[in-house]
Amino acid sequence: MAVLLEMRRISKVFPGVRALDQVDLTVEAGEIHAICGENGAGKSTLMKVLSGVYPHGSYEGDIIYDGQPLALRSIRDSEAKGIIIIHQELALVPLLSIAENLFLGNEVASRGVIDWRQAFRRTRDLLAKVGLNEAPATQVGKLGVGKQQLIEIAKALAKDVRLLILDEPTAALQENDSQKLLDLMLELKAQGVTQIIISHKLNEIGRVADRITVIRDGSTVSTMDRHEISEDRIIRDMVGRDMAHRYPERSPNPGEVLLEVQGWNVWHPEQKDRQIIRDAGFTVRKGEIVGIAGLMGAGRTELAMSLFGRSYGQGHSGQVRMGGRVVDVSTVQRAVAAGIAYVTEDRKALGLILEEPILKNISLANLAGIALRGVLDKRREAQVAEGYRRQLAIRSPGVQQKVVNLSGGNQQKVVLSKWLFTDPQVLILDEPTRGIDVGAKYEIYTIMNQLADQGRGIVMISSEMPELLGMCDRIYVMNEGRIVGELSRAEASQEKIMAMILRKTGKAA
Amino acid sequence: MAEEKGLSAHLGGHLRENGMLVALIVIVVFFTAILQFQPQPVNFLKAQNITNVFLQNGHVIILALGMLLVIVAGHIDLSVGSVAAFTGAFAAWLTVGVGLPFWLVIPATLIVGGLIGAMQGYWVAYWRIPSFIVTLAGMMVFRGATMWLLGGQNIGPFPKAFQGLSNGFIPDLTGLGRPHGLTLILVAAAVATMVWLGLRARRSDAAFGVTPEPMGLFIGRTLILAAAIGFVGYQLASFRGLPNVMVVLVLLTVVYAFFTENTVTGRRIYALGGNEKAARLSGIRTDRLVFLCFVNMGVLAALAGMIVTARLNSATPKAGVGFELDAIASVFIGGASMAGGSGKILGVVIGALIMGVMNMGMSILGIGIDYQQMIKGLVLLVAVIFDVYNKSK
Repeated sequence: MAVLLEMRRISKVFPGVRALDQVDLTVEAGEIHAICGENGAGKSTLMKVLSGVYPHGSYEGDIIYDGQPLALRSIRDSEAKGIIIIHQELALVPLLSIAENLFLGNEVASRGVIDWRQAFRRTRDLLAKVGLNEAPATQVGKLGVGKQQLIEIAKALAKDVRLLILDEPTAALQENDSQKLLDLMLELKAQGVTQIIISHKLNEIGRVADRITVIRDGSTVSTMDRHEISEDRIIRDMVGRDMAHRYPERSPNPGEVLLEVQGWNVWHPEQKDRQIIRDAGFTVRKGEIVGIAGLMGAGRTELAMSLFGRSYGQGHSGQVRMGGRVVDVSTVQRAVAAGIAYVTEDRKALGLILEEPILKNISLANLAGIALRGVLDKRREAQVAEGYRRQLAIRSPGVQQKVVNLSGGNQQKVVLSKWLFTDPQVLILDEPTRGIDVGAKYEIYTIMNQLADQGRGIVMISSEMPELLGMCDRIYVMNEGRIVGELSRAEASQEKIMAMILRKTGKAA
Repeated sequence: MAEEKGLSAHLGGHLRENGMLVALIVIVVFFTAILQFQPQPVNFLKAQNITNVFLQNGHVIILALGMLLVIVAGHIDLSVGSVAAFTGAFAAWLTVGVGLPFWLVIPATLIVGGLIGAMQGYWVAYWRIPSFIVTLAGMMVFRGATMWLLGGQNIGPFPKAFQGLSNGFIPDLTGLGRPHGLTLILVAAAVATMVWLGLRARRSDAAFGVTPEPMGLFIGRTLILAAAIGFVGYQLASFRGLPNVMVVLVLLTVVYAFFTENTVTGRRIYALGGNEKAARLSGIRTDRLVFLCFVNMGVLAALAGMIVTARLNSATPKAGVGFELDAIASVFIGGASMAGGSGKILGVVIGALIMGVMNMGMSILGIGIDYQQMIKGLVLLVAVIFDVYNKSK
């Protein structure tokens, strides 16, 4: 088969992070090529290079397409060559009709005036091709996600697509919609459309892919043909390291109960009658790392934020004790004064002032600690920040560096420093390793262990079950706003956690 | 060679701060030169002109100080011109209509300004009504209230004591006469303080692990500034001494510069503007700070209103029209960001002076108000483009 696309030694550097390091990718004409890799491995970045989101010159390496070197300046350029990407988040305008969406930016018009008759006719043809039976004038927002995904593909077909890139196309789809989409992919392949699919779902890849390329930490690990594909090998290549060494060793030594939450109820901030947290209760001991597991939307972040100064929701009720005494956590100031700190899951939007230097971010939650009668002692501020920079190994030339220029891991360490400077007894860490690379994750784990060894209590909220299993002494399982179970380190396993979530859901229904 | 590289790198990093100062100096030199070569040469730097720049633009600087805080907090205040007019009229009514002495009128008017700021700040801070809308409404309401209070007429003239707020000069306690002794002493003290603070900042920079600016640059800049202040001071002394307004301006500038850079509350306002959600989750009561920024703005608008009224020796329904735009322009020329979270007091003062010097220079040159407006508009645009260009590099 002829080679349609060859990407050679592609490297892409963001401030502080090397997202792609000499990645190679070869796609043959007419095949479905799957790309696998962990979160943050660099798959999406590679596709953005290919589709012109990152223009020629902002990366290193060469792209050969159809025998010609490719130097894209924008998405428009790549679309003109027939390279079309469908992103994870759909790019449809919900208030416009199917026909309007299909030809958005590519309108069927002469001299700026749209020819609706022809647009509708072509819409019907395209909808037939993707097997969708809807009127062209239907508003897109009224369709389900599965149908919207098909409209995205129809939109790509409207542009004479030669290479179609699908970034996790089935992530938001139900099982039967996923099957339909995969069938459509095979049909398009029969019509000669080359496709690249990014997916986590190994069964789907096994069904449609002709070849697979695995990417890890910004580099190509392997490319396998259809007959070589095995789940074990894909997983091994994706993870690439021994599970045993992903988490630092620790011998836990839990002390007396530090934080105790009882009967905690919270309602939705806008919808008064919608209860988000139901009768939640949990405890954290000194020197203990406690995990909270659950699916997206289980209410973990909402639980943490509502405890931290009622930063989420309304109508709070329930009791919070620290060291046996009932404490007032009704404002952030009071929660901090009670010895609680909350490290947000969204550090850029909620944790940091990106345009300010490291030292101003670290002092932010405890300005009183560097001030005398309301006047800042900037020398002390710099000393404090420098102390944390050394202690947590924040990699930067100095504490005057703006945090926007730091890598995700170092930004996370700045947020941690900010909260450590308030000297909390209990730290609630919400997805503390989200979006940071493997090496930095290990460092964050090490810091967590040190904090626990100092006698602080740690609550770790995470969507990555292996991480919870590797780090926590106890794990609470949350589902639909309730704490549905508790597992000790010895009993905990991914299967048990999933079973607790599913069983309780079944009961409620 | 290494020295040179350090110099250029440093200049690049601090382009904005030094750039504004250089721009001001270039503009002053430009007008001085061009006026020398007129058919009838004019001395642009004569004492009277220098005095007038401060007298005629004092209110803009005062409004810009408050506006900087509002803009740093991520808001805007369009009502300050109308509020200045209303408070000016209120002060005039108290003075002429009621007959209160100036030492009662001034605090009473400042309190009214604060209350007006509180009324607007309440809706912005606690009800989250966009400040653009609240203060646009305030702009109309207080313009109308001014007309209502004045009954469509002017109030004035005022007793000497009230006029002194704007037209007065500090007394010469040394009895030297001319040059004005106390002015010379104060200017010398100001230069000495500036040098001392500069040296202290250099020492603490070293302690913070910040690369201090190259010694040559520091000496050069300090010399230029000292010479400029000395020259202005000497000219003022040889004319009528320091105007009262200038004393107020210098004091306010120092106080606000200290407040924004060295106090907990000042730092929190910048944090709030930089990322309100992060600030709130760090235990900062952001709504209260926004409220206080508007109260402060109201007080400063009242001060500006009284100074303008005293200068014109009359409260008029049309006073203060367009003040808000001058103040906002000064803040942005001075380097603040529309998004909030950044901007410095000194930059804002220099921004206001650039506008003031250009007004005066162009007026002396006989350039029509039509061209003046266009040129000022372009200066604002160029200053902000320069900022954006620097950031994108």
